[in-house]
Amino acid sequence: MSQPLLECRSLKKYFDTPRGKLHAVDDISFTIEAGKTLGVVGESGCGKSTLGRTILRLLPATSGEILFEGKNILTYTKKESLELRRKMQIVFQDPYSSLDPRKTVFQTISEPLQVHHVYQSRAEIQQRTLELMLTVGLTERYSSIYPHEMDGGRRQRVGIARALSLNPKFIVCDEPVSALDVSIQAQVLNLMMDIQEQMGLTYLFITHNLSVVKHISDEIAVMYLGQMIELAPAEELFLHPAHPYTKALLQAIPIPALGQNNLEKESLSGELTSPINPKPGCRFAPRCRYATERCSATECHLTEIAPNHLCACPLIQMS
Amino acid sequence: MNNQGSLLEIKNLTVQYVTDGECVHAVNNISLTIPQGKTLGLVGETGAGKTTTALSILKLLPKFTGRVIGGKILFGGEDLLEKSEEQMGKIRGGRISMIFQDPMTSLNPVLTVHNQIAEVLKLHSTHLKRESLDGEIGRLLEMVGIPSSRMFEYPHQFSGGMKQRVVIAIAIACSPELLIADEPTTALDVTIQAQVLKMMRKLRQELGSSMLMITHDLGVVANICDYVAIMYAGEIVEYGTLEDIFDPDCKHHPYTVGLFRSIPNIHVNSRRLQPIDGLMPEPTALPDGCKFHPRCPHCTDACRSGEIQTVSYGTHGIKCILYRSEELVGNTFHRTEDAL
Repeated sequence: MSQPLLECRSLKKYFDTPRGKLHAVDDISFTIEAGKTLGVVGESGCGKSTLGRTILRLLPATSGEILFEGKNILTYTKKESLELRRKMQIVFQDPYSSLDPRKTVFQTISEPLQVHHVYQSRAEIQQRTLELMLTVGLTERYSSIYPHEMDGGRRQRVGIARALSLNPKFIVCDEPVSALDVSIQAQVLNLMMDIQEQMGLTYLFITHNLSVVKHISDEIAVMYLGQMIELAPAEELFLHPAHPYTKALLQAIPIPALGQNNLEKESLSGELTSPINPKPGCRFAPRCRYATERCSATECHLTEIAPNHLCACPLIQMS
Repeated sequence: MNNQGSLLEIKNLTVQYVTDGECVHAVNNISLTIPQGKTLGLVGETGAGKTTTALSILKLLPKFTGRVIGGKILFGGEDLLEKSEEQMGKIRGGRISMIFQDPMTSLNPVLTVHNQIAEVLKLHSTHLKRESLDGEIGRLLEMVGIPSSRMFEYPHQFSGGMKQRVVIAIAIACSPELLIADEPTTALDVTIQAQVLKMMRKLRQELGSSMLMITHDLGVVANICDYVAIMYAGEIVEYGTLEDIFDPDCKHHPYTVGLFRSIPNIHVNSRRLQPIDGLMPEPTALPDGCKFHPRCPHCTDACRSGEIQTVSYGTHGIKCILYRSEELVGNTFHRTEDAL
């Protein structure tokens, strides 16, 4: 067993809003071993992006601990944080807003190299940048081009190249392939897995696409309204989904094959309820078709229902 | 395909964008037919020319750069390309309407939902009286699953899925004959996507509209379309009924095969995906011959030059030199259906 690279202990991130406390990340604990990938899935608004950003300290955590290589990074000084940035990077969700519109592709990718003084000479920076561009499938022609001249897919490649530029240990991938075309998405997923093997990277892979997460993850965590409701090895989660929400998510994927028209089946009705001052009990209960009165009364925590398979459903825990 | 029942027929359409001496070949000589009441899925990657095709149907191409070089777009027998701007104004939103990809940007943030739906109704349903306007808007909202009590709210008060429902309500306000949906569910979550697709299928039945569904998600296509056309670099490389395209026993264009292999399938346990090598060609410098040949595993010398002919059998057509017409005959069970 390899050493856990990252460990979160009851991490919480609340936002103050005029209507009360918004529980974006609520009491989440997990570990990721070095070289592994934890996939985080959930609908938009469930707090998965906030989780990624809180781990990188792009957002201050409300409470809890984040241990990176055994040290609590929430207590790091500014100087230590800067060093930490070289080891932890992020690929953002939206390739339209995560790139500086006034910087060329070359400037964007080489900026981290300049900020951290990785190379002494301009030629080295140029070489490394072109190397990174080729890694993500951008030809040299693009180096002098601005983001608005590219389509979403190529923009996202720039974002990935920028994250890779400092040879980090840990990357938070916040929906990195959602904006890409399927054939390119497959290339990028393969690429990310290759890079992971070569460089021993550890990923926190945030996505709403369950089929993507299955391919890249070793373990998958399902989030709902700020809470982690199921955590299991990838295979196990797809073979034996336990939580009703996970089951509904799996069923909602349109299958590209004939005669498997699965959308006629009962799909999940309603939308996410408000994460502001959530009521006690299971947060999925209002949309859950198995919900009983006990669901909104009992507080549910992740409990092991099978080896390595954690689930927070009051009904399963009782039976 | 039976031409008599077709609502929209695109014949040899070619569209180019001309900018600073560069010529982008966005759509190259494509032909499509959408039969009455049916849904055609236009599948392809970014830059394949799907949206350009849709915009040229509505004549909404960028004014100074986009140019239709040749071809015809017959809608109910009339060529839309010969219509004046005034005539098009009546058709847009009335007889043909469009659902745009991103609900966050396609609604006006400073107008209430009520105002935005009313705008379409006032323009196109002039017979509608002022008093009955609210009722009609409420009815439309209920149709797409939004309580009519929310009609005086602004777009920011709705969630993403709800906003897309509002966009759909605007699009169906005048019961259009043709609904063009440009990646309507791409920006939505899977559970919401499932809800919206289900609702669109229901609406299609109620309104009897034909639909042009632009998407890159083959899962969505399998769930909602009757016919499929696969686009690559501005050309239709394969077309046919849903069964023609999704039947693994049928012959397919190498690009279609690659597209299916690249999708992560939750039912298959291979860890590595099989992507198509290489990138889409630059639309300013398309390769000679078959546009797919630089990425194609079956590429021969004959692919590298000349015009590639489309071979077809019944409803199924493939633009590739690999096959002859007889070979397209897949298994026979649905063939007999078409023959009848």
